[in-house]
Order: sequence, then C-alpha cells, then structure tokens
Amino acid sequence: MRTNLETAIGADKLRRVAIDPISRVEGHGKITLLLDDRNQVHQVRLHIVEFRGFEKFIQGRPYWEVPVMVQRLCGICPVSHHLAASKALDMIVGAHRLTPTAEKLRRLMHYGQILQSHALHFYYLCTPDLLFGFDCEASRRNIVEIAAQYPETAKKGVLIRRFGQEVIRHTAGKRIHGTGSVPGGVNKSLTIAERDALLADIYQIVQWSREAVALVKALHARQPALYNSFGAVRAKTMSLVGVGGEMDLYHGWLRGRDENGAILFDGVDYADYGTLIEEQVKPWTYMKFPYLKSFGPETGWYRVGPLSRVQNCDAIATPLAEIERREFVDYAGGTPSQAPLDYHWARMIEMLCAAETIKDLLHDDDVLGSELTVSGTRAEEGVGVIEAPRGTLIHHYRVDENDLVSTCNLIVSTTHNNQAMNESVREVARRYLHGREITEPLLNHLEVAVRAFDPCLSCATHALGKMPLIVELVDADGNTVSSLRRD
Amino acid sequence: MDAKSRVRIATTSLAGCFGCHTSFLDIDERLFDLVRQVDFDRSPLTDIKQVGDCDIGLIEGGVCNAENVHVLREFREHCRILVALGACAINGGLPAQRNHLSLASVLQEVYLTAPGPAGGLIPNDPELPLPLDKVHPLHEVVHVDYFIPGCPPSADAIWQVLTDLVAGREPVLAQRLIHFD
Ligand code: SF4
Repeated sequence: MRTNLETAIGADKLRRVAIDPISRVEGHGKITLLLDDRNQVHQVRLHIVEFRGFEKFIQGRPYWEVPVMVQRLCGICPVSHHLAASKALDMIVGAHRLTPTAEKLRRLMHYGQILQSHALHFYYLCTPDLLFGFDCEASRRNIVEIAAQYPETAKKGVLIRRFGQEVIRHTAGKRIHGTGSVPGGVNKSLTIAERDALLADIYQIVQWSREAVALVKALHARQPALYNSFGAVRAKTMSLVGVGGEMDLYHGWLRGRDENGAILFDGVDYADYGTLIEEQVKPWTYMKFPYLKSFGPETGWYRVGPLSRVQNCDAIATPLAEIERREFVDYAGGTPSQAPLDYHWARMIEMLCAAETIKDLLHDDDVLGSELTVSGTRAEEGVGVIEAPRGTLIHHYRVDENDLVSTCNLIVSTTHNNQAMNESVREVARRYLHGREITEPLLNHLEVAVRAFDPCLSCATHALGKMPLIVELVDADGNTVSSLRRD
Repeated sequence: MDAKSRVRIATTSLAGCFGCHTSFLDIDERLFDLVRQVDFDRSPLTDIKQVGDCDIGLIEGGVCNAENVHVLREFREHCRILVALGACAINGGLPAQRNHLSLASVLQEVYLTAPGPAGGLIPNDPELPLPLDKVHPLHEVVHVDYFIPGCPPSADAIWQVLTDLVAGREPVLAQRLIHFD
C-alpha cells in the first residue's frame, strides 16, 4: 500500500488514535491516525492547533517595537526573531551596511543562539530516544534518566547550552527576550571583562562540541540501517548560503536543490522570496504549507534546517566543522541524505561550527567597538531572512509614513518543514505501524520522526493558535478506541 | 527521601512562547540538584501526556482556546499548589494583544488577506480546538496560588520559588529578582 495517507476515504468508518500532545518538542502539536479494523493505516496528520494572529495585531505598532515584541512568539529561539525583524527594519531605516561592530555582535548573538538551541534539542529532548532506544519505556525517556545513566553527557549538554545563553546575555542584555539589536545596528558592544569571561570557556565548548559530533557518529555506526532509512522521504531543500556558497547562518542568498542534489536556484536575493514561494492552507492545521511556485503544491515542498544547510553549502569556513561536513557528505555518497535522523548529525556539525565561529568572533576586537548604528534613506518595505536553528526564517514588513507597521508576513522555519514532517511521519506509520496493534512504543516512533526535525511548534503558532501533537486511534464506528496518552 | 515523600512537579505551556520554560532550564546545572529532590510529572521534558497528582504545577501562558481551558482545569484538579509563571499566565501577555480585535478579523488577515498564501480558507477541522474570543489570564478560569512576574521570570526567581515550595516555606522574592529590563 502506498497511498499518500494525507486524507482517508470513508474517514467516518475508521478509528482514530491521537498522540496529544507530542512531547519533548518545543511547542504544542498533535498527531492523529485513522485506522481500519485490521489496523491498516489510512490517514496520518501532524496538526498545529493553536493560533495567535501576530500578523494582524502588530499592525499599527511603531516599527521599533517589532524586534522586541516579535520575540514573544518563541522563547526558544527569540534571538532569531529578534534578528530577522532587525534585518527587515535595517532596510526600512536605510541601513544597507551595518558597522563592523554591529554586524559582528549580531553574528555573535546568533551563533550563541544556534549553540544553545542545538544543545537543548539534542541533549535535553532527543538523547533519551537515541541512547535508550525508541522502544524504551516512557517513564525513562527524559533528561532526568539521562542524567542518572550518562551523567557526563548530561552535564556537557547543560554546560554547552549555558554557554550559548551567556553569549546571548552579554550581547542581547538578557538570556531570553533581550533588546540588543535595533533597526540599523545594536545598542551595546562587549566590555573587555565580558569578552574575557566568554573566552575563558570557549575552548572547552569547542572540545565538547567535537565530542557531540563523535557521539552522533557512534550512534549512527551502531545502527546504520535504522539511521539511514527511518522516516526517509525524498524532498527538495532550501537554505541561505553565504555569497561565496559557504555556510552562513546570519546572512546570504537563497539556494535550492532538487531531490538529487542538483541546483534548482541559486543567488536569489531573499527580498524576492515571494517570487519563489507560495503557501497553501489546509483545513486541519493552523500551520501553512509553503511550496516552490514553479513546481506547485504537490511536488514543490522542501526541507529546511541543519540537514538542508550542511548539504546545501559548498563549505564551512571553520576548520573542524568543515572536516565533519566532508565526512558527512562523503558518507551520504554523492546524493543527498534524505534521512530525518541525519538531522541530528548535521545539527551537531552546526553546533561545532557555531562554537568555532564564536571563538573567532571573540578574538576580533570589533566586538569591543563603539560604532553601533547607521541609517540612510527611509524605505517603506523591508524583508529580513536568517537561518534560525530550525531553518530559514522570513520576516517581511511594510511601514507607513507615521512609522507604524501596516503589513507583516512571517514564514517561520517549522512552517517550511510542514509537508516534510507530515511525509516523514506517514512513512514511519507505513513502515512500523501498518497492520500492527498500536502500542505506546510504536507511537513514540512517530514522535521520534517529528523530533528529528526539531520543530518549533511555538513559532509555528504565530498565525492564530498553538500546536499540540497528538495521535488518536478511532474504530470503524468512529469511536475513539484508544487515545494513546502515555501515563 | 523515599518515593512517597519526594515532591512531584508538573509543568505545561498554554498560550505562551515557551520562554518561561526556557528560563526554567536556565537554572542550568542546578537542574541536577532539583531532580535529586523532585520527580517530574507531565512536562514538555517528559513523555507523560496527562497530569497526575502533583504537589506543584507550573503554568506558562494564558488561555486562548478550549483545550487550554481543559488542561488548566486538569492541572488545578491535580496540583496542590498552582503557580502562574510569567506575564502571559498572569495577564495574557503578547497573545492577548489580539483582544481588542475580533477573532474573525484576525483569522481573515492571516489566512485570507496577508501577502503570500494561496488557498482562501480558514482552518476549521474538528481536530483544532475552538479558539476563544479573547485570551484570558489563568486566574480568570481557576484559583491560582502564586504568581511569578516577568517575561520571562528569571531563572533565579523560578529557582527561589521552587526551592521555597519544595522545602515547605512560603516563597519570598527579593526585589532584585522581580526587577529587570
Ligand atoms: S511570559 Fe514572556 S517568556 Fe513567558 S510565555 Fe509569555 S511571552 Fe513567553
């Protein structure tokens, strides 16, 4: 059986199973399944169930409030929203080229964020699945048990994350929802004492990040067949790359590749994202479905995030991460890896790249400078794009002559991955659940696929709601047979 | 401490941004001290999907849809002490900025008129909990025992309240823990 599993025929005769909420992800989401009386899977959906409406209520607010307000969409990667909005507003205030100090402080803040978010995701949320196995009993699948069984690993994860948060605190003013970036630049640079405090720890962080990559590789080597195939679906990819084709998570242009790794577009100015991407709305989730216009909604969907970025760029500028990138690309063997579990490997390579980049920036005296902002000719419209921990983040604003926001459009990272996540969950359902009696560990397999993407279901609810992840089983009479909740 | 005398804590996010949970994790390595004394029930960090009997429940975010109301009531029923964590839980926070607009106009903007989307429909599947007209603070729906202010409250403030409650003391927040920005 290989139907697309998105929409069942005769849904009223099927039984519903829900995973609600999806746990160990950031934000709220649920998964629902429809099965027949022989446990054949007919429908699988990942839903975002909360709606917020940011695009509407930001209208009429003064533009300089935006970088601070918009962070409240997401407390996991607030810096990404802070900076994407700032970049869009740089265009509004005519700041086409920031001072070296401002640009480098923003980069420092951003790579601090990449470091903390990747550490949070890998150590706090995913190691329980990866170290104990997907079938491990639910009560043990958490960071507390990791701390008990693998205390050194847990400790490193906590301390890498702490360091990233400290980079953010020194550049943004506080760890969560800081105010360091403003339209046209930043409002503070580092003091020598702050720089030295970070320098004292960074070498240890680089070393632990190398160990993190080694850990993922060891896990992969233990079960290559599982890691290479679990939830794998062929997809196009998209990300920013630097203007020389290198990995750059702060700035660059858009590059896309097809399922075989061939370039579809390159060098696209991100302000023109609207010529590339369109979004579709489906009635069963608040999260929209973006796709490449030239392919249409059926085949135009694509993946973003670490797995895309590590394979989309030509090189990584920092030496240790570049060695790891080459090994990753060589392992995949000429065609791109399409395996969600490889997100973890790619993510740890990025974490290493972030640690090395922070080290280099701390050695650059521009971060101590005092030229903080610039401005130029005022414009009415601005687009800011950044590679957030989970993928490409697009902010787009128009500002009227009274300095008030008139329109706002956001496409957050997780939204780009909407179709890809749904397809991977369907693939896992086909492979592991189809025709079998549903058990809690089997349901966890679906969550493992979702977690690999590191979705931020919190950002994804900016539209008008919030995203719980649920899986429910409904019988042929439409009764909920089991709404699998793990207690 | 035997299992019975260990303190049990549940946490959840309703209409919040997870920033309060992130701030909770900013206790950093103090987490290891905490788990020596407490067990986690339902929380984004565990795979427990439904709250059981707990001593302390921490809730981030206000109430924006029918499901939030349901989860909040369950938490109130099962938690001896319920704590509203952060600005959204206390007064609605950023999500409540839609309160001066009609829900319909916000949905229309996002799904029908905002630049970009092709499709022309507003999600309405029964799987989606009904959004409420307004976003409400927790205490308008259930009794709340303690409020920790901040957006988010600092890790030190959360740590202070938790350690006080775990030790059976009345929590006290010094000025420096509630003054920032
Ligand atoms: S209070 Fe602030 S940090 Fe906490 S959930 Fe609300 S917006 Fe996020």
